[in-house]
Amino acid sequence: MPTIYIDGTAYEVEEGKNLLEACLNLGLDLPYFCWHPSMGSIGSCRQCAMVQYQNEEDTRGRIVMGCMTPVTDGARLSLQGEAASEFRKSVIESLMLNHPHDCPVCAEGGECHLQDMTVMVGHRDRNYRGKKNTHRNQYLGPLINHEMNRCISCYRCVRFYQDYAGGTDLAALASHDHVYFGRHQDGVLQSEFAGNLVEVCPTGVFTDKPLLNDYSRKWDLQSAPSICFGCAVGCNTSPGERYGKLKRIQNRYNQQINGYFLCDRGRFGADFVNSDTRLNFAGVRQEDGSYQAIKADDALSQVASFCQQGTVAAIGSPRASVEANYLLRRLVGGVHFCPGMGDPERTLVQQVADTLSTTRAISPSLHQIESADAILILGEDVSNTAPRLALALRQAARNKALELAAEMHLEPWMDAAIRNLSQDQYSPMFIAGVNQSRLDDIAETSISLAPDDIARLGFAVAAEISGNPIPNLSMDSLDPDLRVLVGTIASALKAAKNPLIVSGTSLLNSAVIDSATAVAEALANSTETMLSLSVPECNSLGVAMLDGGEGIGFDALVESVAQGNIDTLIVLENDLYRRAPTEEVDRLLGNIKQLVVLDSLDNATLSKSHIALPVATFAESEGTWVNNEGRAQRYYPVFIAEDDRLASWQWLSELGRVLGVTGFNELQHFDQVEQACSQDIAALSEITAAAPDHQFRNRGLKIPRQPTRYSGRTAMRADVSVHEPKQPVDEETPLSFSMEGLSVGLPSSLMSYNWSPGWNSNQSIQKFQDEAGGAIKGGSAGVRLIVPGEGVDTAFTPDAFQPSDTERLLVPVYRVFGSDELSYQAPAIAELAGDAQLILNSDDAGKLQVVDGDGVIVSMQGRAAAEGSVILEVMVDGSLANGCAGFTAGMPGTEPLVPGAMVILQKANDWQRRKPQLIATDNPNAPNPESRSAQRGASYV
Amino acid sequence: MENVLIEKVLTRNIGPDQTPTDMVAYEANGGYRALHKVMAGMTPNDCLEVVKASNLRGRGGAGFPTGMKWSFVPMGEKCTPGHKYLVTNADEMEPGTFKDRLLMECDPHQLIEGMILAAYTIQADRSYIFIRGEYVVAIERLEQALVDCYKKGYLGENILGSGYDLEMHVHTSAGRYICGEETALINALEGKRANPRAKPPFPQVSGLWGRPTIVNNVETLCNIPHIIDRGAEWFQSLGIGEDSGTKMYGASGYVKNPGCWELPIGTSVREILEEHAGGMAEGRKLKGFLPGGGSTDFLVEEHLDLPMDYGSIGAAGSRMGTGTMIILDDKTCPVGMVLNLIRFFAHESCGFCTPCREGLPWTRQVLEDIEAGRGRKEDLDTLVRQVKYIGAMGNTHCALAPGAMEPLQSALKYFQSDFEAHIEQGCCPYAADMKAQDITKVQGERT
Repeated sequence: MPTIYIDGTAYEVEEGKNLLEACLNLGLDLPYFCWHPSMGSIGSCRQCAMVQYQNEEDTRGRIVMGCMTPVTDGARLSLQGEAASEFRKSVIESLMLNHPHDCPVCAEGGECHLQDMTVMVGHRDRNYRGKKNTHRNQYLGPLINHEMNRCISCYRCVRFYQDYAGGTDLAALASHDHVYFGRHQDGVLQSEFAGNLVEVCPTGVFTDKPLLNDYSRKWDLQSAPSICFGCAVGCNTSPGERYGKLKRIQNRYNQQINGYFLCDRGRFGADFVNSDTRLNFAGVRQEDGSYQAIKADDALSQVASFCQQGTVAAIGSPRASVEANYLLRRLVGGVHFCPGMGDPERTLVQQVADTLSTTRAISPSLHQIESADAILILGEDVSNTAPRLALALRQAARNKALELAAEMHLEPWMDAAIRNLSQDQYSPMFIAGVNQSRLDDIAETSISLAPDDIARLGFAVAAEISGNPIPNLSMDSLDPDLRVLVGTIASALKAAKNPLIVSGTSLLNSAVIDSATAVAEALANSTETMLSLSVPECNSLGVAMLDGGEGIGFDALVESVAQGNIDTLIVLENDLYRRAPTEEVDRLLGNIKQLVVLDSLDNATLSKSHIALPVATFAESEGTWVNNEGRAQRYYPVFIAEDDRLASWQWLSELGRVLGVTGFNELQHFDQVEQACSQDIAALSEITAAAPDHQFRNRGLKIPRQPTRYSGRTAMRADVSVHEPKQPVDEETPLSFSMEGLSVGLPSSLMSYNWSPGWNSNQSIQKFQDEAGGAIKGGSAGVRLIVPGEGVDTAFTPDAFQPSDTERLLVPVYRVFGSDELSYQAPAIAELAGDAQLILNSDDAGKLQVVDGDGVIVSMQGRAAAEGSVILEVMVDGSLANGCAGFTAGMPGTEPLVPGAMVILQKANDWQRRKPQLIATDNPNAPNPESRSAQRGASYV
Repeated sequence: MENVLIEKVLTRNIGPDQTPTDMVAYEANGGYRALHKVMAGMTPNDCLEVVKASNLRGRGGAGFPTGMKWSFVPMGEKCTPGHKYLVTNADEMEPGTFKDRLLMECDPHQLIEGMILAAYTIQADRSYIFIRGEYVVAIERLEQALVDCYKKGYLGENILGSGYDLEMHVHTSAGRYICGEETALINALEGKRANPRAKPPFPQVSGLWGRPTIVNNVETLCNIPHIIDRGAEWFQSLGIGEDSGTKMYGASGYVKNPGCWELPIGTSVREILEEHAGGMAEGRKLKGFLPGGGSTDFLVEEHLDLPMDYGSIGAAGSRMGTGTMIILDDKTCPVGMVLNLIRFFAHESCGFCTPCREGLPWTRQVLEDIEAGRGRKEDLDTLVRQVKYIGAMGNTHCALAPGAMEPLQSALKYFQSDFEAHIEQGCCPYAADMKAQDITKVQGERT
């Protein structure tokens, strides 16, 4: 390890780092702006200056930039010396020439890296007599606010947006001291990662617009460690609450998963917690269909009396915690527990769970995915189904650049130099999907195929790698171009050190997953192969592992209910209309005698319940979710649920006691439930290791959810009563609803927020990492439940897809905004999601004589028009596989559609084209920006 | 009043009427002889050795030895497969500089021949002339010359049967001063923002589109055919002092005969100013001069006898730069002149690094106040601090801001009393003189 001398003191530092990283890793404060641990160095802000001396005799030295200078053994440096300090002060002074003095009204105030750095260098007095430059701000959509006057031109925003996330509609414009960071004209930022600008920007240029509309300072927010509900990736989040309202979601660093970045579905979608359609009290359905609020105890005894009359079955939920699902399953028994997915989905999620524990390939974390040097994606549009995974793939594609850089002896942090060197050279990535993806720009080949053909392509690649022929697939039968592609993919994967195969459940085609497994198995003979399989929801895998394939299937349950074998059905956090075709669900709910639904938001299933129980969301309850990697992670209540809302596990635990079910007296507390689950379910035996139990104390103290500067606690309820209520006591977790306690030196699973003296912004995370950009001291949060197995055989290969002349194969097409149930309830996300659409390729659009915005009647084969057809708006996508028609999966209006069905399409002649959206877009006819805010509310007509 | 004994090399085809030299005229006077010579049997390494031995130094301003620069390009098996590039920096925007324009407008083939030879030496297969957009006449003539070269087989595939291929294109700059910085030029050529790049890696190994690239100034490349044709020794003999060859020198400002002349490198400032530029204009006395364009330090009367070469001007505290002098006379306000230059540089900053982007406008604001009579005593300290802050190489991302500080720091040294007078009198002491200047009259004097 090289030794460097800083201000006369010798330090051992890690080789290959730059001086800024070395200083930060040593715990020294060296201010910086443009450098970012995930994005490396470009040397634009000049803030991290130090003085480097040539040798011991050199007393003058010269200014060097810490972020641009590699550590060298014996280097002599000055950090605190006058020349270095004066230079850094001059840099801040010049940044302040044009920075407005608007901290008190700026949303960044109190967590502003620029504020921190200004205080750190000691700049105070203004000497510049000129006027400040001013800019016109842009409307950037419902998520991000733009205040360009605050910009200090560190270039981080464009480096994140373009270089890191692949966005194209945000750029550095103009030059000299008029440099402007924005779009070429007002309009919604197109990248689903735009929200990260809020955290990447070191000051208040890009701020969280929904937060801004109902603002609280960072120091006034109560936070708890949380996990994103938005997909199965399981990004770690830090939600902030005040006055009983969830104000915002911030990234919570987990090196293994999300690192520094989230997607916008997760960051802005949690607003559903504040929805008007939340349930506050238990309700009993009246004859007229309305609900009468009843006391929680009365509701429980009513449910209990239902349960005592006849047989009870239950439907669990892939969006509810492992613990709630476990209790529900224990209440009704494994065979009467339906894991809460439609049968095709359930089969596939179970297939994923089984595959991951039997295949020799590793189920990688996103951090491991970033090390992949050849990638094959089969049938999973990860940009829409697991967006943060797509961002990791984008970084993996840069391994080619890092390889080239290593040949030139460039360190990985020399970002600008490496991008100049590598230009558009990427590690090989091959994508087969039903239509285009947002990773196509970095893919060597992207091909659109019908789902069965994607599987055939995968099997052909596996056969090419292993040399073993695959039944039902002769290489000679492949299209010649495809044959060449198979060879290219196989040799790229074989040549790689860390090949990665990505697939998932989203096409609802088990052969696709099998083919991905076959490729991974073929490679696993010789290399460290990774197989990343996506599942639909935050706890899909957890429920599948709990159920283990034992429980009753959805269709079987419908039958059983129809035959009168089941009297009462308890549905846990699940809108069944999203799980099965509408008529199936109608049949189930029509036949059941007593329906009990536990959910947080009103939905179609809940409004058919006889008793509705209001449950707490992820933000008001504790629980464990298992992500698609097989990692169990704990989330904690950020604030106390209002009114009669209770965590699902609490409702079910109490129900068990009211019913007098054996063992439920020992299931009163969360830790007890989790312990029981870990003992009963072998696959989940490790979940107790996901986080410390409620007895954990940090040097004898509980962990505060509120920062030390939390203000107004005695005053915030003064309009109701001048008496300050006692702070709620949290008996279930080591966290307290208070500012008292100790929030340093925590295990990463219990870090609610990061804050360090002098470092008020999220950049303070480096004070908690073992090195800049490394793991949190003590290890990353969560526990891996799945380890690779001995290998798995997959044999079935489907026949090649034969497009029909008259019918189209219905395939689901996912939307990052819209396909997810909960985030769609957040107004800002709903605004971006728009309406459900039918996706046609250009040929089919031509045949039907429709263009974008027209209507098409979609009729399911063999069903009466009344029950099997819907009318959807057309979106033409030239890339859609031949013979297929896509529909925006999960969006309202598509419930009757069954993926994989053959449909007949017909132009809807009396369709009313939607009026153009009134929010500003790139449309030249967009209305004048001045009146925009007034119109935004009315954007959906 | 030209010295008839001086051998004209770069300008030998350029007559007083500045008629452009076409292919026929160029070849008639020995043009493309070097190209034939090389293609008939010189290896790239032979060419490199001749250029190295000639001691040719880059004429764009920095004076880096050309042969050495070329020798950094990976050759043969050391180079990964792919393109290599030769780029001519014809983005002549240094204030007071107009030498490359003359060479390109009047003898485009000389540049093209130099480029082919340079490209051959580094085995580049693509070459670009990155030219300032305002040079409309030069662009037209270069494009015509390229057409003629392709016709003749001097460009394209298998040049003169040698098996060597070279494409050449004229790329018109969208126009920023910073494009003269070679890495900013490369970014501009790639269609990106013209921000300079971090070095290392240097363009010789990772330049245009990440490939090995040489960027040379027009005048530098114009020397190459003559060096190849007539040898390193002959080239060395042309210079008066340590440096080799001839140099395009120029003078602008209140001199009797502003212009541009090819002279042996090392000719004294006095000779250029008094003999070639005809001395100061009527009623004007020399107060100082910027020896090599707007981003070099002022020198004054005591430096008149210095030879204009890299070493001597450097030792006196300035830089030879482009070799085109801007003369300051006693009736022009030095503060105003520096302000004018700082205004230019502040406007031309690419906006990438903080000291340049923010520091230059601040400097401009202080100078504006002083010039307008609103200056304060402490402003001089501010200027000194700014010079220290943004004037040192390494403090900024590229050399633009340190270059911009050169006239200011030397003006503070030589003309401090002028700055003080502005502040004490609360106005520009030169205002009356400047107002009296009748531009038409001055132009009359010049013609």
